[in-house]
Amino acid sequence: MEMEKHIFTMLVDNQPGVLSRVAGLFSGKGFNIESLVTAETDTPLISRITIVTKANKPVIEQIEKQLNKLVNVIKIRDVTGPEAVKREMALICVKARPEHRGEILRIVDIFRCKIIDIGLEHYIMEVTGDSDKINALLKLLRPMGIKKIARTGTMALIREPN
Amino acid sequence: MKLTGSQIMMEVLKSEGVDTIFGFPGGAVLDIYDALDKTDIRHILVRHEQGAVHAADGYARASGKVGVCLVTSGPGATNTVTGIASSYMDSIPVVVITGQVPSHLIGNDAFQEVDIVGITRPCTKHNYLVSRIEDLAVILKEAFHLARTGRPGPVLVDIPKDLTSASIEFECPKDVRLKSYNPNYKPNMRQLKKVVQLIQEAKRPMIFSGGGVILANASKELTEFTHKTRMPLTSSLMGLGAFPGTDPLWLGMIGMHGTYRANMSTSECDLLISIGVRFDDRVTGKTDAFAAQANIVHIDIDPTSIRKNIPVSVPIVGDCKISLEQLNRLIDEIDLGDLSKRRGEWLDLIEQWKNTNPLAYTQDEIIKPQYVVEKLYELTGGEAIITTEVGQNQMWAAQYYHFNKPNHFITSGGLGCMGFGLPAAIGAQVACPDKMVVDIAGDGSIQMNSQEMATAVQFNLPVKIVILNNGYLGMVRQWQELFYEKRYACTSMEHCPDFVKLAEAYGAIGLRAVTPEEVSPVLKEGLSIPKPVIMDFTVAKEEGVYPMVPAGAPITEMLLV
Ligand SMILES: Cc1ncc(C[n+]2csc(CCOP(=O)(O)OP(=O)(O)O)c2C)c(N)n1
Ligand SMILES: [Mg+2]
Repeated sequence: MEMEKHIFTMLVDNQPGVLSRVAGLFSGKGFNIESLVTAETDTPLISRITIVTKANKPVIEQIEKQLNKLVNVIKIRDVTGPEAVKREMALICVKARPEHRGEILRIVDIFRCKIIDIGLEHYIMEVTGDSDKINALLKLLRPMGIKKIARTGTMALIREPN
Repeated sequence: MKLTGSQIMMEVLKSEGVDTIFGFPGGAVLDIYDALDKTDIRHILVRHEQGAVHAADGYARASGKVGVCLVTSGPGATNTVTGIASSYMDSIPVVVITGQVPSHLIGNDAFQEVDIVGITRPCTKHNYLVSRIEDLAVILKEAFHLARTGRPGPVLVDIPKDLTSASIEFECPKDVRLKSYNPNYKPNMRQLKKVVQLIQEAKRPMIFSGGGVILANASKELTEFTHKTRMPLTSSLMGLGAFPGTDPLWLGMIGMHGTYRANMSTSECDLLISIGVRFDDRVTGKTDAFAAQANIVHIDIDPTSIRKNIPVSVPIVGDCKISLEQLNRLIDEIDLGDLSKRRGEWLDLIEQWKNTNPLAYTQDEIIKPQYVVEKLYELTGGEAIITTEVGQNQMWAAQYYHFNKPNHFITSGGLGCMGFGLPAAIGAQVACPDKMVVDIAGDGSIQMNSQEMATAVQFNLPVKIVILNNGYLGMVRQWQELFYEKRYACTSMEHCPDFVKLAEAYGAIGLRAVTPEEVSPVLKEGLSIPKPVIMDFTVAKEEGVYPMVPAGAPITEMLLV
């Protein structure tokens, strides 16, 4: 059966152990996690977790139902489709030899990144966008030499009805 | 009123109607025990914490109430894990209260500290570490609520020792509100109407019921539904007793050790109405071949059970009792015509299957284990609460004792946990003091929790233990016989204690039968003694449980006697 990528976002009780319940569900049942992002919401008692996972249709259905069954999961939505906006962020430290500096800055400009640290030998840049955009950026930077990288998983928020 | 944490616990337990606790004390729960001693709640002192959970499980199944355990931190807590896992697999409502080291020591590798909440996260319905005394009462209330509602299950509450002695102003919380937990009891009417439509169209319909029907207390409704529609019915191991095992529409159990006719019917039916089941692999065998010709209806309280293992045509999330009540009402509104004519051909075919391959064994000069179970059924008039250990003994109990009532067959179905039967029998006997309670046991399994004999004797719980003593870990031996060319690696129980003497050592009664003629007299005598009794039956060593479907094969591929 065909594997589908799905993004789930959920509101959970902001309590110790809740993330471990969610992560434990995935490991215990053999579900896959591509990425997971979590932080407190505007309401301190509630956190949001967004998970990207890949599985076939029946397993996706199970994942959603199993997450819903966790007592600490208040609400869950499958936000794979266009009804939600999605963003990822990456911090990328790239080698910046004098002969590459111009090129890197051009790329930064095109991708609307921000340089947030500069040294004699490197730039650290910040970029947000969907995964494809970040992957495209990495592809262009790779020939210059990527020294290190930190990437968040996907965050998602459902658009408001107009 | 200012109360200590321990006193608060007692107030909440009383408000939940708890009359019995199965437990074992220790340092972290001294304050709780001190408070418990001043209440009317009965405490059954087990001899191992695993036994406490199995006993609470047996108590819950026999009484329909929540079973409660109390144990200390560290080893007390870890000893409960197997019991909790068994209750979890079988969806049994149990609340396990564990003591924890004082709050300020948590994380220090303190003496008898263990992260029991972490350990039991995957085998509890939910669990809690109480971190503030203000939350204690609410959490305990929630624990009972979660354990008994929706799909029931075990809930663990871990309480640091300092909270049990600290005091606060107490007011018992009334109702529990969990914003994220709202089990759906009401089935969708449109889906139920589809079921009725399918019943009208079906030529070979049947019902497959499971433990969910018993948990929902829906056996009356199930029986009514079955009779109204005249559909034959099979059940999983966990569902035995929800429908009378002596009814003409009863097909026997389904699955790996199901009857020939139950498995054949499932394969041949064109409509399978599944109620309160979860399509365990021991039931379905090869899933692609399972009920391959049928429209499958699946009614269950737990949405995750539906389409987990088997694709279904009509999924219905709801309480089994409410769903069956509604179905019965809908059936009353339509005319199914002359049912005996309509079902004639189908029921005749099933009758043929029954006659060609009935459950059977051959008598011999040595005692056959099946014979012991048959005699036990006769002599108890089918009225006993039967618990089992695990293995062949469990399957023979399921096959040869005919369960006519719910809550009378108590077995570790999902986990298949050896050592379950004796403590579960103790729990059932506590719940039903006037009932005959019998543990059908194997010589291997009984040794896993035989220490609970002391509990039975101390609390005058006259449980009966029938050991089908084949000198082997028989079920494993059977697999070795069939699939490992009779290489009986490490399955011979060459050295067992003398079970008669063991009973006597505990202050119980021990009896033994070695020939078929002795079976009835020993059973009669044993059952008549108002004390705990071990009856040791020396049975045929290499008897097998049949039919048997090899693991992963279609359930029609049965090895027969
Ligand atoms: C705790 C535990 N350990 C191991 C097993 C594997 N197992 C399943 S049946 C069985 C044999 C049980 O032997 P006995 O109690 O003598 O029952 P018999 O099959 O001989 O009736 C074993 C070892 C188990 N189910 N539970
Ligand atoms: Mg044995």
